[in-house]
Amino acid sequence: MNKNKIIELKAISKEFNGEQVLSEISLDIHDNEFVTLLGPSGCGKTTTLRIIAGFETPDSGDVFFGGVRINDLPPYKRELNTVFQKYALFPHLNVFENVAFGLRLKKLPEREITERVKEALAMVNLSGFERRNSEKLSGGQQQRVAIARALINRPKVLLLDEPLGALDLKLRKDMQNELKNIQHMTGITFIFVTHDQEEALSMSDTVVVMANGKIQQIGSPTDIYNEPVNAFVADFIGESNILDGIMLADYKARFAGNTFKCLDKGFEKNEPVDIVVRPEDVDVVPVEKGMLKGRVTSVTFKGVYYEIIVDIDGFKWMIQSTDYVAPEEEIGLYIEPDAIHVMKKSEFSDMFGDYSSFSDELEHLSDIEEVENTEDEL
Amino acid sequence: MNCNVKEIPPEKRVNKLKKPSLASIAAYPHIVWSVMFIIAPLLFVCYYAFTDSEGHFTFSNIQALSTHTNTFLLSISFSLIATAICLFIGYPLAFAISKAPKKRQPLLLMLLMLPMWMNLLIRTYSLMAILDDGGMINTFLKNIGIGELNIIGTSGAVIFGMVYDFLPYMVLPIYSVMSKQDEKLIEAAYDLGCHRMQAHLKVTLPLSVPGIVSGITMVFVPSISTFYISQKLGGGTIFLLGDTIEMQFQNKSTYNVGAAISLVMMILILISIAVMNKFSDNDEEGGIII
Ligand SMILES: Nc1ncnc2c1ncn2[C@@H]1O[C@H](COP(=O)(O)OP(=O)(O)OP(=O)(O)O)[C@@H](O)[C@H]1O
Ligand SMILES: [Mg+2]
Repeated sequence: MNKNKIIELKAISKEFNGEQVLSEISLDIHDNEFVTLLGPSGCGKTTTLRIIAGFETPDSGDVFFGGVRINDLPPYKRELNTVFQKYALFPHLNVFENVAFGLRLKKLPEREITERVKEALAMVNLSGFERRNSEKLSGGQQQRVAIARALINRPKVLLLDEPLGALDLKLRKDMQNELKNIQHMTGITFIFVTHDQEEALSMSDTVVVMANGKIQQIGSPTDIYNEPVNAFVADFIGESNILDGIMLADYKARFAGNTFKCLDKGFEKNEPVDIVVRPEDVDVVPVEKGMLKGRVTSVTFKGVYYEIIVDIDGFKWMIQSTDYVAPEEEIGLYIEPDAIHVMKKSEFSDMFGDYSSFSDELEHLSDIEEVENTEDEL
Repeated sequence: MNCNVKEIPPEKRVNKLKKPSLASIAAYPHIVWSVMFIIAPLLFVCYYAFTDSEGHFTFSNIQALSTHTNTFLLSISFSLIATAICLFIGYPLAFAISKAPKKRQPLLLMLLMLPMWMNLLIRTYSLMAILDDGGMINTFLKNIGIGELNIIGTSGAVIFGMVYDFLPYMVLPIYSVMSKQDEKLIEAAYDLGCHRMQAHLKVTLPLSVPGIVSGITMVFVPSISTFYISQKLGGGTIFLLGDTIEMQFQNKSTYNVGAAISLVMMILILISIAVMNKFSDNDEEGGIII
């Protein structure tokens, strides 16, 4: 992307009460980009956003806006607006006045204010709601008012802190599309915070994966999914089987008691690595044709596919297949070279294992803590 | 056709028709109390206001009120001034307390309410001892060479007494509304382009109106009916409504005039509350009196 950088974070660190919340965050955000900060609860997403907005000052590091250092610029002088996590609509003002708030401060003529409020409300599909009491709206409607209120100031950058967190699934999907449309129409740079990886992948140009106050990976959604840099990212984004392995040579990896051809190179000879294999990239084949062999321990119907857990020498693999196999059946697995992704060892290497304690209830608890706990039980 | 109606289980019907809810039973003691000690006395006041000492219906008591016009005006202006001063001091104070560290707020509130743990009359007496000729302030002034001031007996002393006695009633409701305000709203205001003062005027202040309204009501009402403050600090020279009413009721023959003054004062208070309620039109939370 050859566009202008609009926001640059340079080695931002922040502590609260002696607890390191952000360490050395560096990030470039470009004009017209849709950037998503993604990470588990407490990893510092909101804090990063608040530093960009000016509600917090970094302990060290610099924030640049359009090339100008703005560390000490108060929020009201920054050319950006925020959509707050819980909307923060003004309860004493109706929808019109909430949206008009920023324009009234600029002392624009009444005619222009009316026109622009109408326009902004139309953009979020709330025409005709002008006189409504902002507190009596549904969650989704309040959300739209909050977006209109921020957009009307025509900021260069819009910050959105988990704006869809409180909405039900259907509304969430609708709003995701609407936000994308609005971003296309206005050309405003969006910095979007979420802990929902699906949302991040489907909406963003660039995803920034964070954990423990550090940026783990910055990349396009496909990059992040296909080439996670470490076990944390691989586990956090989508489902993955993460195995201990050794890089025997370029294009040759050994794991699960077998040697595989792969597309990765550039590691040292016999370097210990983490191997990721996505569940949908594994083919189920008859036992005799399999590179790996194991016994099916559970099968769950998921609509489009079956989710199959296979025990291979004590390591429980997850496989997604459109073909049914019966529990207790012996099957073979076949893995194409391009289905194997090799990662350097990291601080997260031992935190993520197989699917032995996997259950549907645990699926959405993707915090590191949760994973650590389940590890302990093994 | 009507089978639906018939099918309602009997116990449910009884429930609906006869058994009052627990909540309404809970209100019974207070209803009895109100009838005996609030409604009945009010009716007595009305009765006395419109009868002469023999119990005949008359308007003469109401007509006699014109001789007390000055007292009415004086009382109203004293109360308005005291209320204004309370608001002027109380609003910033409430704001300051609500912005203090959460852990320190209970202590600050306790300090504010500390005087209220003492009887109002005793507080006023001690204030008298402080302000009196030869009291603490005057001794101090004499010692530093300024010489004695005559404080007791001035309008200033009476208004000071009102402010002193009733200030907490202004601070508490405003504080209670402010402390519930969402900090995010202020941040939203900053975000949309407000600097500090604008954010206060456009968000904090309007959201505090219900508290301000109950604060004003809670200071104005006791101020306009007080009699001991003016008696003790007015040095017998300042006569307010409360004093006048008290005097009329000390003598059986002027009961009826006293009742008429009380009635008019109550109507004044009701009007002022109604006016104040207009300002906080919504059914917002936070109002203590309303
Ligand atoms: N004002 C503050 N004072 C003290 N600690 C804070 C403050 N703000 C944030 N923290 C701490 O900093 C850490 C990161 O918080 P932050 O709100 O940035 O997380 P987050 O990634 O937005 O999480 P979530 O997804 O739950 O919103 C947390 O441990 C939090 O407790
Ligand atoms: Mg957050």
